[in-house]
Amino acid sequence: MKCQQCNKTATFHITELTKGKPQELHLCEEHARQYLTQSEEEPAVAPSLAGVLAHQLAVGQTAEELAKLDQRSCPVCGITFYEFRNQGRLGCPYDYVCFKSELEPLIINIHGETEHMGKKPAKGAEGTENRTQLIRLRREMKEAIGEENYERASKLRDEIRAIEESPPKTA
Amino acid sequence: MDLNELVRTSGEWLRGSGPESDIVISSRIRLARNLAEFPFISRASQSDRGEIEAVLRDRILQIQESGELEYVNVNELKGIDRQFLVERQLISREHAESEGARGVAIDRHEQVSLMINEEDHLRIQVMHSGLDLQSAWEQIDRIDSLVGEQVTFAYHSKLGFLTACPTNVGTGLRVSVMLHLPALVITRQIDKVFRSLQKISLAVRGLYGEGSQAMGDFYQISNQITLGKSELELIKQVGDIVPVLIDYERRARDFLVRESHENLHDKVSRAYGILRTAQTISSEETMHLLSSVRMGVNLGLINDLKIPTLNELFIHTQPAHLQKLRGVELDTADRNIERARYLRRHLNKDDGDNSGKN
Repeated sequence: MKCQQCNKTATFHITELTKGKPQELHLCEEHARQYLTQSEEEPAVAPSLAGVLAHQLAVGQTAEELAKLDQRSCPVCGITFYEFRNQGRLGCPYDYVCFKSELEPLIINIHGETEHMGKKPAKGAEGTENRTQLIRLRREMKEAIGEENYERASKLRDEIRAIEESPPKTA
Repeated sequence: MDLNELVRTSGEWLRGSGPESDIVISSRIRLARNLAEFPFISRASQSDRGEIEAVLRDRILQIQESGELEYVNVNELKGIDRQFLVERQLISREHAESEGARGVAIDRHEQVSLMINEEDHLRIQVMHSGLDLQSAWEQIDRIDSLVGEQVTFAYHSKLGFLTACPTNVGTGLRVSVMLHLPALVITRQIDKVFRSLQKISLAVRGLYGEGSQAMGDFYQISNQITLGKSELELIKQVGDIVPVLIDYERRARDFLVRESHENLHDKVSRAYGILRTAQTISSEETMHLLSSVRMGVNLGLINDLKIPTLNELFIHTQPAHLQKLRGVELDTADRNIERARYLRRHLNKDDGDNSGKN
């Protein structure tokens, strides 16, 4: 059999399924290469996190709303939404809680799902949010000591101890 | 751990054994974990990083799995030694290039590595030669559970394991299978194959992960999503596609052998010839030619070379390995000369004139 596009022998026999209809192609090596590399020229790059995020925020938000959102910060680690948007990395586990409504559409965009179906940890299977609050409490205690506000510091110390001494619930 | 002891071996990922090892180089699984009581790395202070390292290091060294784990303080390593661990696939490029307290625990077989203070506080990795996802998962699951009994990982009842980047949230699992696909590259079908993989949300990466070039026709196929499916489902998704890719590659090889045997034999022989005679050669060209030779050996076109020898050359001719084997630091030009010398010496073993030199 000869190549459909020249006189050489066809060595590639391609069956292309487009819209359910099989289409037979008989091509020589050179034309087969051309055919295979020509089709579907669009770049094969997976969407980046920053790209997805930028797109998502551009939809249905005014510049004013966006500026306001950018200034919001996490009470535990202090990261602003703007910083997260820029670096694509979150600041602490609590960000998933305090930026929940912003992150949810992003997570759906990336994973198509919002619920973990896999392994649970040996400790803290019901969530480890209170352990993460230790980040804030320890910082506040340091600040209180710095300000010589010992009453507040000792209150914070008790709170910290209470969390540290209650082991995370096991699975 | 004495890195110099590792230099002369080729590590797990290029051992060249295991199922389908003519095409599947390695099966790798990693889990991303963070301690609940510390900020993620981007907001961690120097003292946070130091504490995270101390806590994890202490706990990890208490668990003894798959032989003794040895700890390497990456922050104190020289640049060349960090690069060496990257070439070895024991740490990531990001881990090598970042700053501050960080380290890695490695087992003697180089199957297990636990990176501390990478993008997440802890990245556990298990790598096996060939196509071996099931036992790699069993091993990493065990290690993760053992570490998880010692510390509290950041976990959300609905979202699962919490990670610094939302692309890893949930299972924190990335499963990657590294494939050698030279015939799909030669027949120019590779882009088409990859486009179809992306449609089923699998990612394709080069040899050293994200953003790296597909050097030497090595490609890593991995899962894109980490949430909403169990670990076994995610592993199965990648595991199911690998036999299809192996089949494509074998068919492309058969086709080349059948339809353009002379061209193929010529390409493979020329590659072998250059590697045996070149006087100066870059890392990229070496990878490219070794790839052709590797396929030639697998197809029986070259008979005086064994796959393990070849695999060793892939790793030993990389910049940091080459310099550590030579025992001195070399600039690019001198590395290219040394690389050519190394290749000549190892590929002309039977030739009395060349053996034993240098």
